[in-house]
Amino acid sequence: MCLAVPAEVTELLADDMARVSLDGVTKTISVALLDEVAVGDYVILHVGHALARIDAEEARRTLALLAEVGR
Amino acid sequence: MKYVDEYRDGALARAVASAIRAEADPARTYRFMEFCGGHTHAIARYGLEDLLPANVRMIHGPGCPVCVLPVSRVDAAIRLASQPGVTLATYGDLMRVPGSKGMSLQKAKAVGADIRMVYSTLDALRIAEQEPGREVVFFAIGFETTTPPTAVALRMAETKRLGNFSVFCNHVMTPAAMRAILTTPDGVPLDGFVGPAHVSTVIGTAPYAFCAAEFGRPVVIAGFEPLDVMQAVLMLVRQVNAGRCAVENQYARAVTPEGNRKAQALVAELFELRDAFEWRGLGVLPNSALKLRPSFARFDAEARFGVETLTAADNPACDCGAILRGMKRPPDCRLFGRTCTPENPIGACMVSSEGACAAHWTYGRFREPVRAVPIEGVLP
Ligand code: SF4
Repeated sequence: MCLAVPAEVTELLADDMARVSLDGVTKTISVALLDEVAVGDYVILHVGHALARIDAEEARRTLALLAEVGR
Repeated sequence: MKYVDEYRDGALARAVASAIRAEADPARTYRFMEFCGGHTHAIARYGLEDLLPANVRMIHGPGCPVCVLPVSRVDAAIRLASQPGVTLATYGDLMRVPGSKGMSLQKAKAVGADIRMVYSTLDALRIAEQEPGREVVFFAIGFETTTPPTAVALRMAETKRLGNFSVFCNHVMTPAAMRAILTTPDGVPLDGFVGPAHVSTVIGTAPYAFCAAEFGRPVVIAGFEPLDVMQAVLMLVRQVNAGRCAVENQYARAVTPEGNRKAQALVAELFELRDAFEWRGLGVLPNSALKLRPSFARFDAEARFGVETLTAADNPACDCGAILRGMKRPPDCRLFGRTCTPENPIGACMVSSEGACAAHWTYGRFREPVRAVPIEGVLP
């Protein structure tokens, strides 16, 4: 129920809506809960709403930390 | 999928597991509760418990909204849906949650109630717009992740002046449940929490500070992918070893310390605290749930339809309560895998795929033999 998936914003629409791509599948979602969403952003999509933006730099840092543990 | 596959690398997971094994002190036991059902699901699905050393144990927590919804609220939703002219819109997960007397929304629908599954609050709103002759009630449940989407729909209903849309509000709050777990007199001993993923994208990391400050339990917020969970466990082991207890954030790619301010502001504008709310398994908890503010009373299904929440007991043979408090494991329940399966759930933990019983049934049951326990007299 609280599961959510990363989705890439492909198009901004009227009324705080946006089109996103989920591994090639297109969906129309609400971005009313986020400020200044841009095409190309990755968002956390939950029950048809974007809850948060994914921070690419932090994502990279997490992976770097994991890789370090793995060495 | 980007931001998913990278966090499912099996070789890396094994490497993190060896780090945990190397750093965990063999002279002690580490008991970490994963609060969220999403973590329970990941742990079961990827067999993470098998990767952990025997002295690092994961304890399933109550963080599945479907599982913690008490029988009385399910009954109230069924009564609501059975009123003439009412259409109840609900998330699919709720359809099979057992109410009392073997009833569920699915069974109510089969005997004629107008119950529609929706994916999003905006779908519920759309039904109200398209069918002005019907009273559309959205059956809202969930933690802090699903509350903002309910708020968005309410705001839109207000803007569009929709007179036939209302919300049966069952939104509950994570920190209140964590506090209840930590203060249960006969509670399970815990050394820390794997903190919520998506709930924290909304509320941020600050609301967990009391776990560390008041109760001396570390919290590491973690994403729902297997590597996220493994890394969080390593971070918890390190905190315990160092005698530290702090709120740390493994899921920094999506969670910020302050959370989603816009969502928080919207929720605060539309909702206020309930004095008390009943949880399945945890009992009645003060300040643990939300209701609509009086200024939004016209959208409040409880006020509008005089919804009464009558006390209703759980199935006495079901161990969901103890499982939700981390006191028992799914195979400890006498009904597990016998009368209670995902096809025929007796308790709520078997309904949602994030419930501890469903996760164990789907992924974990072959790891250990089901105990032979006599079951006479307990069949529902
Ligand atoms: S097996 Fe079924 S009845 Fe037993 S605790 Fe789990 S959900 Fe409840």
